[in-house]
Amino acid sequence: MFGKTLLFSAALLAAGSMSAVAETELTVYTAFEAEFLDRYAAAFNKDHPDIKINWVRDSTGVVTAKLLAEKNNPKADVVWSLAASSLLMLKAEGMLEPYAPKGIEALDPRYVDSDTPPSWVGLDAWLGAICYNTVEGKKRGVPQPTSWADLTKPEYAGHVVMPNPASSGTGFLDVSAWLQMFGGDGWDYMDKLHANIASYTHSGSKPCKMAASGETVVGVSFAFRGAKSKTDGAPIEVIIPSEGTGWDLEAAAIIAGTPNLDAAKTLMDWSISLAAMEQYNVGYAVLAIPGVAKPVPNYPADAEAKMIRNDFEWAATNRKSILEEWSKRYDTKSEPKS
Amino acid sequence: MAVTEWIPSGRETRLRMDGDGLIKRGFMLVIALYLIVTLALPLYTMLSKSFVTYSFDLSEFELQVSDASGANFGPAVSLVDLNTRSGRFTPQDMKTNSDGRMAVAELLPDFSFRSPVRYRMRAVDDRGTWLVGLDRVSSRDWLEYDSNTLRRITLRPVPSYGIQNYVSYFSNPALFQSIWNSLFIAVVSTALTVPFAFGFAYALHRSCMPFKGAMKLIATMPILVPSLLPGIALIYLFGNQGLLKDLLMGQSIYGPLGIVIGSVFFTFPHALIIISTALAIADQRHYEAAESLRASRWRTFWTVTVPGARYGLISAMFVTFTLVVTDFGLPKVIGGQFSVLAIDIYKQVIGQQNFEMGAVVSVVLLVPAILAFFVDRQVQKKQVSLLSARAVPFEPKPNRRFDALCLAWCGLIAAFILTMMGVCQLAAVVKFWPYDMSLTLGNFAFNKMDGGGWTAYWNSIWLSALTAVAGTAIVFCGAYMVEKTDGFRLGRSLFQFLAMLPMAIPGMVLGLAYIFFFNNPDNPLHGLYGTMAILVISTVTHFYTVGHLTALTALKQIDAEFEPVAASMRQPFYRLFARVTVPICLPSILDIMIYLFVNAMTTVSAMVFLYSTHTALASIAVLNMDDAGDIAPAAAMGMMIFYTNVAARLLHALVSRRLLASTQAWRTR
Repeated sequence: MFGKTLLFSAALLAAGSMSAVAETELTVYTAFEAEFLDRYAAAFNKDHPDIKINWVRDSTGVVTAKLLAEKNNPKADVVWSLAASSLLMLKAEGMLEPYAPKGIEALDPRYVDSDTPPSWVGLDAWLGAICYNTVEGKKRGVPQPTSWADLTKPEYAGHVVMPNPASSGTGFLDVSAWLQMFGGDGWDYMDKLHANIASYTHSGSKPCKMAASGETVVGVSFAFRGAKSKTDGAPIEVIIPSEGTGWDLEAAAIIAGTPNLDAAKTLMDWSISLAAMEQYNVGYAVLAIPGVAKPVPNYPADAEAKMIRNDFEWAATNRKSILEEWSKRYDTKSEPKS
Repeated sequence: MAVTEWIPSGRETRLRMDGDGLIKRGFMLVIALYLIVTLALPLYTMLSKSFVTYSFDLSEFELQVSDASGANFGPAVSLVDLNTRSGRFTPQDMKTNSDGRMAVAELLPDFSFRSPVRYRMRAVDDRGTWLVGLDRVSSRDWLEYDSNTLRRITLRPVPSYGIQNYVSYFSNPALFQSIWNSLFIAVVSTALTVPFAFGFAYALHRSCMPFKGAMKLIATMPILVPSLLPGIALIYLFGNQGLLKDLLMGQSIYGPLGIVIGSVFFTFPHALIIISTALAIADQRHYEAAESLRASRWRTFWTVTVPGARYGLISAMFVTFTLVVTDFGLPKVIGGQFSVLAIDIYKQVIGQQNFEMGAVVSVVLLVPAILAFFVDRQVQKKQVSLLSARAVPFEPKPNRRFDALCLAWCGLIAAFILTMMGVCQLAAVVKFWPYDMSLTLGNFAFNKMDGGGWTAYWNSIWLSALTAVAGTAIVFCGAYMVEKTDGFRLGRSLFQFLAMLPMAIPGMVLGLAYIFFFNNPDNPLHGLYGTMAILVISTVTHFYTVGHLTALTALKQIDAEFEPVAASMRQPFYRLFARVTVPICLPSILDIMIYLFVNAMTTVSAMVFLYSTHTALASIAVLNMDDAGDIAPAAAMGMMIFYTNVAARLLHALVSRRLLASTQAWRTR
């Protein structure tokens, strides 16, 4: 039955004919976790049943590439949501429609674009974190790390997996945080860390899932993914390193030139409402409206206090040279270590 | 002299084209046009994209600097002059990519962000844009900034054309390394796969070992799954939690080792089919001659068997090589840090949004594939028919020891294939490997995962069905028009070339080329972008060649006399086509259909750039779920593809048998 409807709608698409519907339809590009999409759309439709959301969901890198590829012919009405650092790239291309959603005063100013009106608004923050498999750690004699510095110790050699910053936003977030925290010693730190890395992955959540399944002992990933895996029963600890950690925002923006500007604004207003925050809070512990978040199971309690002063502008301006330096140092060494 | 006077000169003869000829040529042109639009033009667009370069053009901008009071401004100076004066940036520094930024303050030697000096800046034309912090500004009127703001101003580059991208590609050791890595794994995999497949085919055709049918079935299993699946199986077998990890003696499966083992797995059936065809044709008399000359078995093997199969072997080598060099799924899943060309394209485009560099890597990836293709073509031209009319088909004689040896060889390979498939099957139904090995169907709850859920699976079936039907129609008609049209040599050979080209184009390259070509708002076809139609088109184009060759082989079997006979009976060609040609070629048509269906189910490389949310696919879901670390559901989806393809194969066999019974009765008297 479901299959039939689908075949039918696919047939419509294939024929290139789209039937017009009375309600407004918004094409929303998103990098939200796939499992949340239905819940978010349902919550939004409870307040605004007349606006239908057509999700286009993919990982952060793919959505960003898609949006940039479509620069001269945008298909999206709204981006809800994408990493703030990606939205900054779109902003530099003049692709975002500035808009101050209703209720913006309630947001922590750190989480909103500095322009007035802002080009994007933050919804919640995701933080770099370490996932540590307790079972494998005991078996292989790898102690639980508490800091970034720990990961460079000899006993971690070959037991650390992290995302490649050239293909993963989470990877870049870590590298950019180390450079901001350690200043000139940032590259020194990465040299030492590189000696211990078992492999670099192309996705940010993979290191944590590898730690969860015991494929590696330590995975450098982000806190949401770790908390989720732990709740699902994986024998892991989620650690926010003591030096502090890098972060990025899930953020929303309107794509300039959308024919559905009013509906897009309605969605933007709703995306920072308390009702929306409640939805984000199911997975994320750090929300754009301060003081309303409830604790998330297995999410590190001290997370928000350890977020570094992240300079988005610095990171965006230096991204190209950082990635070039990184791949010069660590990409040519292609032979994998066990 | 006198003769010409009384014999009148006859009417000048001219080959005249009848209506049928015109229609046929029209059809051929339409299909040729299809290939040009879906293949040649996108590739051309991509090629030109690889020459789009970005550089900073300082002559676009002018600056005025005030005195210490911040009120009195000096004359307007072009940034070019400022740079000449300070000598800060070399011409080399002007080259960048689309994400390049250049700080204006760097051009001012005595700049201090604390000074009261103010600045005015403007662009001399509309091309000049700069960023204040992260805000894009483009203005031909003077805009005033204090020095603390000027510190944050960066220039944006302007596009132009040149070979700069290629220069920076070849001077980047990390990217350059990938060429060697790609060649290395391709050569090693080929060196392993071809002997394995040869041994297997040899056993099938030259021995009397038992279980030939079962062996054949098992050997072709890898064709039914995406190339990612062996990667997933290898992680379960040899990963850090792997069942057989100790076999590797401390070597890591992540890297060239894993890619090579996986490549052998997924290229094995391709090589086997080609070599099998070559070995199937053998003349008993050659062996009898060898025997009567008292040649040893060993000598006979090298002087009769191998030379007879050499063209098949060469072909198998090139096909394996091309498949490995262009594969994307396997290195993505199990390659670790080992960079190969196909991964570099993905990294450049998806990881860094550097489309121009992605296009450059694609062009580089085209080179080995096209080279292999042309060498193979040259070799094939030399092939002559081995089987003369008087040949006696070879009948293997039972030989206990030899048959046992063959069975052992095939058994080992079959065990390898079955182990890989079995591990995936197990992983698909285990709850939480390795900590909770209880059985579950939870991994099939795709809707809770990345990648598009069950919708993706149904989309894949829809795509495969459409590809099979539309693709077969296009491919077969194209082949018919080429084969059964008289004259028009130039057009026909041009068509032949276009039809052979897809074989040499890696899917990734095709996918990227499609983005550039179809997502251009000036392209009248850009409405296709993001629809199921573009997925069907790219899949048909990607797998065009094999279908075309199959159709040609079938059509060549039909006597060329049918057309003149039909014409003399004043029957239009389409009636002949529908009543004679199609029924005769039905087995081949069904083969093309199943080939397209199976490949559409498993293909990843071209689709990874082209799918949209409405058109997420099962094979892409495997990739994305593995990417997100959901390996068990990825294995589960991979197995769904496998079940579907097995079902399709069964259906194909059933339909073939029934249809053949009714249409092919003439073959047996």
